[in-house]
Amino acid sequence: MDRARDRIVPVLAILAGLVVVWYIAAVLLNAPFQRDLDRRAGEAPDTVAFIAKTLSQPKPTMPAPHQVAANFFENTFLRKITSNRSLVYHAWVTLSSTLMGFAFGTALGVLIAVGIVHFTSLDRSLMPWLIASQTIPILAIAPMVIVVFAAIGVTGIIPKSLISTYLSFFPVAVGMVKGLRSPEITHLDLMHTYNASASQTFWKLRVPASTPFLFASMKVAVAASLVGAIVAELPTGAVAGIGAKLLSASYYSQTIDMWSALVAGSIVAALLVTLVGQIGRLVDRSMGARPA
Amino acid sequence: MTVMEATARAGTPVVEAKGLGLTFRTNDGPVQALTDVSLTIGKGEFVSFIGPSGCGKTTFLRVIADLEKPTEGTISVNGMTPEQARESRAYGYVFQAAALFPWRTIDRNVALPLEIMGIPAAEQKARIRRVMDLVNLTGFENKYPWQLSGGMQQRASIARALAFDADLLLMDEPFGALDEIVRDHLNKQLLELWARTDKTICFVTHSIPEAVYLSTRIVVMSPRPGRVTDVIESTLPNERPLHIRETAEFLAIAHRVREGLHAGHSYED
Repeated sequence: MDRARDRIVPVLAILAGLVVVWYIAAVLLNAPFQRDLDRRAGEAPDTVAFIAKTLSQPKPTMPAPHQVAANFFENTFLRKITSNRSLVYHAWVTLSSTLMGFAFGTALGVLIAVGIVHFTSLDRSLMPWLIASQTIPILAIAPMVIVVFAAIGVTGIIPKSLISTYLSFFPVAVGMVKGLRSPEITHLDLMHTYNASASQTFWKLRVPASTPFLFASMKVAVAASLVGAIVAELPTGAVAGIGAKLLSASYYSQTIDMWSALVAGSIVAALLVTLVGQIGRLVDRSMGARPA
Repeated sequence: MTVMEATARAGTPVVEAKGLGLTFRTNDGPVQALTDVSLTIGKGEFVSFIGPSGCGKTTFLRVIADLEKPTEGTISVNGMTPEQARESRAYGYVFQAAALFPWRTIDRNVALPLEIMGIPAAEQKARIRRVMDLVNLTGFENKYPWQLSGGMQQRASIARALAFDADLLLMDEPFGALDEIVRDHLNKQLLELWARTDKTICFVTHSIPEAVYLSTRIVVMSPRPGRVTDVIESTLPNERPLHIRETAEFLAIAHRVREGLHAGHSYED
């Protein structure tokens, strides 16, 4: 009960504030076009009627929250999930490539971190390249990856998920380097007094010490993976997925569709981050962490 | 056991240092952590190292444990180099902080060295039970470190150091962070444990009463450069109730330790 009050109420308060700002913005942004329409139709509505009209345009500059909500509800719950107008269908397409890319990215990130922690040469040679890799705009890389893979006959989910991998391995690699180096000097000294081998020190000390870092970085990585999957759908002519939905809606100025696709993307992101966070908490608890 | 017997059983040398020195190279130039330390510690002895910070007492213990390499002189542990001694798991080391792994329960923490040394599971169980009993922690096997008080955590770390039956116990201010009541209690338990086992104990402290109460021999050290200024043989009997600390004999030894610390100009700044 207290938890609900302490954690949900503040979030809802911000949400209410955002909705208010959103309505005001919708009225302001849609007003010029509405005035134009009214002038041509020779109408002169009073203020209330005018505002109501700005909030119910079929292709508004800025859709009102209730328009997005209605569209989202319709396309999520009222359509068959196999229909290509269903947001569930598009979200699933994006989600599957997100998860695949995230799995690759996490594995790659952990592998790189283990290498960096154990070999000074890798630490010196690899780290600058990793950082450089993240400065390249993903929008520039995505089409090239898709085209190059298509040229060798690989299409579909794998090249798409590689974009997610590209974005998600980095936070995991950086987090795990920190995590694997996090044991205290005393703990390392202790292992030294036992004449423990490097692999014993790794498995019994470095790995367990790094798990909180792993889950913290996986939270960032899973969100980045989703961004990667959506971006991978944008410039590549994908026909399904949240990114494809965004693109086709923007071609036809279906702003309401765009916004509800954005909402679907945010919900998927929130669910993914929450899920990783919960798994992290369970692992923490099973490793004897003091309950918060 | 009398002092005579203690000295007699101190026949075989466990630690032998001759002209030992260690100079750290730092950005501010060389720091002489230890100079010309010559000392022999016999089997079954309880030797305390006392002195202000920077006198090299911890460094000396770390040299014995092969956690630091000396730059001058020689040192042998059980007749071997410290490195060989470490590889043959000749000593248990108790750090200033309990240094328990927070993700392991107490019994798994005690099992850590046994796992590393490849001792079979059944044998591990028996040993854990024995050392947990030795430090009076029976019943707390399945607790996590944070569920225990500081004193209990330090007892668990002592149990861990005892678990693999090393003859030599190196203790670096193990009770330094504990309050005096807990410390008295643990001092008494440590003496009982020492009497029951056949361990040689090297014990670093900065408390004069603690050093005098525990030791058969007290090594007084002084900083800049770190060196031994006095070695005091205790005349106290091995049977030491807590109130022995109010006897004239105890106070006389404590006085001599204090003199030794002053002679080293250890409090000049």
